[in-house]
Amino acid sequence: MRGILKLAYKLLVNDKAKFTALLVGITFAVFLMIAMTSLFAGVLYRASATVINIGTSIWVMDPSVQTVANTIGMPDYVLDAVRSMDGVHYAVPLYTGGALVKLGDGFYQAVNVVGLDDTSLLGRPQLLDGNIEDIYGENAFLVVKDTEFHKMENPAMGTEFELNDHRGVVVGIAKVASSGLFGVPTLYTTYERALQYIPNPRFTISYVLVEPKTPADTARIQQQVNALGYMALTKQEFMGRISDFYMFQTGLGMNLLIMTVMSFIVGLSISGQTFYTFVLENIEKFGALKAIGAKRRELIGMILFQAGFTALTGYGLGIGLCAATIAAAKMRLPDYAAMITWWNLTLGFVMVLIIAGVSSYVGVRKVLQIEPFDIFRG
Amino acid sequence: MQTAAIHARGVEKWFGEGEAKTHALKSVDIDAYFGEMLYIVGPSGSGKTTLLSVLSGILRPDAGDVQVEGTDIWKLSSDKLATFRLQKIGFVFQDYHLFPRLTTVENVAIPLILKREPWSEAIAEAAKYLEIVGLKNRAELAPVKLSGGEQQRVAIARAIASHPEVLIMDEPTASLDGDTGHAIVTFVKEHVLNEKRSIVIVTHDGRIYPLATRILKMEDGRIIGIQKNAHDEKGDAS
Repeated sequence: MRGILKLAYKLLVNDKAKFTALLVGITFAVFLMIAMTSLFAGVLYRASATVINIGTSIWVMDPSVQTVANTIGMPDYVLDAVRSMDGVHYAVPLYTGGALVKLGDGFYQAVNVVGLDDTSLLGRPQLLDGNIEDIYGENAFLVVKDTEFHKMENPAMGTEFELNDHRGVVVGIAKVASSGLFGVPTLYTTYERALQYIPNPRFTISYVLVEPKTPADTARIQQQVNALGYMALTKQEFMGRISDFYMFQTGLGMNLLIMTVMSFIVGLSISGQTFYTFVLENIEKFGALKAIGAKRRELIGMILFQAGFTALTGYGLGIGLCAATIAAAKMRLPDYAAMITWWNLTLGFVMVLIIAGVSSYVGVRKVLQIEPFDIFRG
Repeated sequence: MQTAAIHARGVEKWFGEGEAKTHALKSVDIDAYFGEMLYIVGPSGSGKTTLLSVLSGILRPDAGDVQVEGTDIWKLSSDKLATFRLQKIGFVFQDYHLFPRLTTVENVAIPLILKREPWSEAIAEAAKYLEIVGLKNRAELAPVKLSGGEQQRVAIARAIASHPEVLIMDEPTASLDGDTGHAIVTFVKEHVLNEKRSIVIVTHDGRIYPLATRILKMEDGRIIGIQKNAHDEKGDAS
């Protein structure tokens, strides 16, 4: 069979014009599909930035919370109740909220403030400069050096700013795994200072961060929190909830889905049509092969190989092109959110397989229809 | 007594349905012997090509038996019939049907590749057949760069590369000028025909009739006469 597949390969690649058209069609389609879905994946990843950066196992919150940014304050007793639950190793409060910072030049900049538990500093970021103990100093804040860092006028250690008429001082430069979605710098401070600096409603705990004694305790803790009238989600569940919100309750998911489907249709049309033309142009030759003694399964194997080879090559080129484009875009646009994940690679692969399947089905049908007698009849 | 390479009896074939139904072959009996070059001639629509297709195992008859080398080919399964054609029957098509994207030697190697010979061995063997047809120095060229006569010789090399006992040629001179056509068929008679091979040719070309062993005339789906060629020197005219 290897010789027959080599024959199929030569018939395909030696027809340079058709092969190029097929590759361009599939590469373009894969590029668009991966670009769309990677953009979506990047947006979803950034939407969960706080969850990823804090990194705790279980998040307790009000059941109405849809995204990490839209917090609903919980009363202090929830923290005490959670701490007393079976299976809880420890539980600490977390504050997240927005504020306006007045910079040295007098301009204002919106920021996201994360208030870490004063005792444990659970969820603290890795410091690039400074000591974490300095966060307990007067007016102390850590500033995250991410793609939004420049919006704080690239602060150095000791840089001062105003936050709601309070003085703030940069005592550490930090780095985190993921930048946020909304293009604002992130400041870390202690939970108590965050409450002092930012006006709040009566209930102030944004989240209770919980670490179970063992992973097996997670379900039990979730049940107990539910009984309390609140919601406990694992890190993955919370990220999934945030993704679901953006996917199904905003226009984002549907719009990107439409773009992805359109890319798929474009790829399918170009590739299917070109492959069909390729088969059609060689149809008499396939008929001659049949007459000479090629079996049906050998002809089907040739067509499937040609379609599969083209699809996989186009897939590889499309992925490479998309990765290069994303890398180039991120060099110029630090806020560019696209990221290639196994999920969108798999989706792209499945769609390419469908394109190859449909194209080869059309080709196989045509080749099986041709009778060697037609070759004799001319 | 000569051995029949092809032995067909009572072959019937219809095409179409209802009022458009056409009786293409009407109880045709035919034998083609080893060592002979048999022509099937007749006007257009007389059933020559249909008969050739039935005899070579690519068009199933509606009635009758066709034996090639003693095998009733139409009792074979589709796959076995394909294998039988690959091993026993060589085809030279009217328009050659060479693959333009393959080199000449790769075209000749196709039957060997279908017989699952390794690629390099198939190419090496195909080169020998190109040498037989005098095109050794054209091995790496694309068929479109060859003349019509050269393409026909490539098609012949491809047809004989799998050592077939029966060689089927459909209008082998139709696309060639008179001298080239005559030269090609002469070449086939002198270099391809042998005592272990039978060649069946469908042709309109009267200029090559003198090269035939026997000429079978068809009209309206029937054989209306068989002419043994007095000029034949190589075929057995018994």
